[in-house]
Amino acid sequence: MNSVFSNKGTIAVFVLPTLILFCGIVLIPIFVSSYYSLLDWNGVGRGTFIGLDNYVEMFKDTRVLNSIKNSLLFAGASVFIQLPISLVLALILASNAKGEGFYRTVYFIPVLISTVVIAQLWSKIYNADYGLLNVLLQNIGLAHWAQDWLGQKHTALAASFIPTLWQYVGYHMLLMYAGAKSVSQDVLEAARMDGASRLRTAWSIMIPLMKPILKVSLVFSVIGAFKVFDLIYVLTGGGPFYTTEVPSTLMYATIFDTFRYGYGSAISVFIIVECLVCTILINSLFKTE
Amino acid sequence: MSTVEVMLQKKPKPRSISGPIGKVFLQAFLILVAIVQIYPLIWLALFSLKDNSEIFSGDVAGLPKAFLWSNYTKAMSDGHVLTYFMNSVLVTAASIVLVLILSSMTGYAITRMNWKLSGLTMTIILLGMMVPIHAALLPLFIILKNLSLLNSYWSLIIPYVAFGIPMAVFILGSFFKGIPREMEESAVIDGCGIYRTFFSIILPLVTPAISTVAIFTFLSCWNELMFAVTFINNTAYQTLTVGMMSMVGTYITQWGIIGAGLMITTVPTVIIYLLLNKQVQKSMIAGAIKG
Repeated sequence: MNSVFSNKGTIAVFVLPTLILFCGIVLIPIFVSSYYSLLDWNGVGRGTFIGLDNYVEMFKDTRVLNSIKNSLLFAGASVFIQLPISLVLALILASNAKGEGFYRTVYFIPVLISTVVIAQLWSKIYNADYGLLNVLLQNIGLAHWAQDWLGQKHTALAASFIPTLWQYVGYHMLLMYAGAKSVSQDVLEAARMDGASRLRTAWSIMIPLMKPILKVSLVFSVIGAFKVFDLIYVLTGGGPFYTTEVPSTLMYATIFDTFRYGYGSAISVFIIVECLVCTILINSLFKTE
Repeated sequence: MSTVEVMLQKKPKPRSISGPIGKVFLQAFLILVAIVQIYPLIWLALFSLKDNSEIFSGDVAGLPKAFLWSNYTKAMSDGHVLTYFMNSVLVTAASIVLVLILSSMTGYAITRMNWKLSGLTMTIILLGMMVPIHAALLPLFIILKNLSLLNSYWSLIIPYVAFGIPMAVFILGSFFKGIPREMEESAVIDGCGIYRTFFSIILPLVTPAISTVAIFTFLSCWNELMFAVTFINNTAYQTLTVGMMSMVGTYITQWGIIGAGLMITTVPTVIIYLLLNKQVQKSMIAGAIKG
């Protein structure tokens, strides 16, 4: 019996193809990226080894710093605008509101749609002349608010947050809904017996008990903000005047438009490290509490 | 998975908590949010059936005067959307099949077979769940270029499968763990070889996990842009996401045709979702909690 389940040949057939593919395409390229980040290299011939110079340059480069600032603002908007909305929706739906299944299904639809489609759709919504937003403003008598939302420096960044917030509200709602549903009914019943109001129950009992799922949401929204690429690439391409540029679009432009392979790799390594550090930070934050 | 099942179950509640006014207010709020979430998509569907004169005369939001299905035929033929669509179907289907085959075998070997390095192998594969694809973009581009695989279906299928494996192994592995040993033992005693045991006894037991993985892989491949835009620049191999970008460039002022293209990209996903919405929601929760 044991020989069947520890047959080396079988194990090799089951594991090796996956392992080779995974190492070749995922694992090794990451190490290669870290190595490239130490080179001054335009893709032709061999690069020159320059140690950490790319990283030093990165933290003096205003364009890089600006893109990092934008991604931090993205993360902040996700955490302080999107997650609270999702939490409120989740708590309402989880308290057996009428039609909860229907609402859950509808709120979740945008999550599944390609970000490219979302970005195209929103660029039409924001269109200065015929867009849904400006037409709407004109119809409710606020024509003077109508403007070129994506084309102006002071509105472009906020306008590019909104599609992401809109798209993923349903995702976090679903996670939190699942978390809220897993809170034991006995606990809630006991709170109600003791005369706790609905709001009080949500705040003092539900939310603390939902911590594990809130942590997952928090990690996903922060990391999602650091990794955002598709939306900006399609919606604004980082413009106008780099006002909506984020690290991933800057990395892309650095590598494939200006052919600075080493410098672009340094930015990609920064994105990985940023994501890792934040994940660890959030996890430890939730542990100590 | 069982916890997820529990979470999505409706639990009967003994009595309602808020009064009638509160209920009306809550419903109004929920409906408002539903409109905000869904109206942009309805708007898209509407303008995909209009011509420019109608859109630019200021009536971009209303019902179309005449349903202009020709936008769809134009998008499919002149805008190459049919090509992009078929490419997306091909790449996505191949990726799903390969992810399922590879990761079910590997997940099985790691969780159910006895070998020294199984734990280490799992750890290495799970590391892949933490890695953003950005990190691999340039090295992969160079690897694929050297293998002359750029501008082929493989340039997308290979990376999609590789990056899909970690989550898939994890989900499938956690299902395999729950299968009683006796199932395999009796199969082997009855004379089944390991392959037969795996494919005809074990795999059918984990169909929920298989559909979870399939849904996940579908969504990530169908919607992926960064690899698709980097590894393919030949229209013949472009998938919908990249194709959409070049189509929008070509028909920059013809909203109806662009809208039709966006609709064609979106409708299959929405249909799958509406048919399988419970399963999709469970999959997304399972993926988040385990990942």
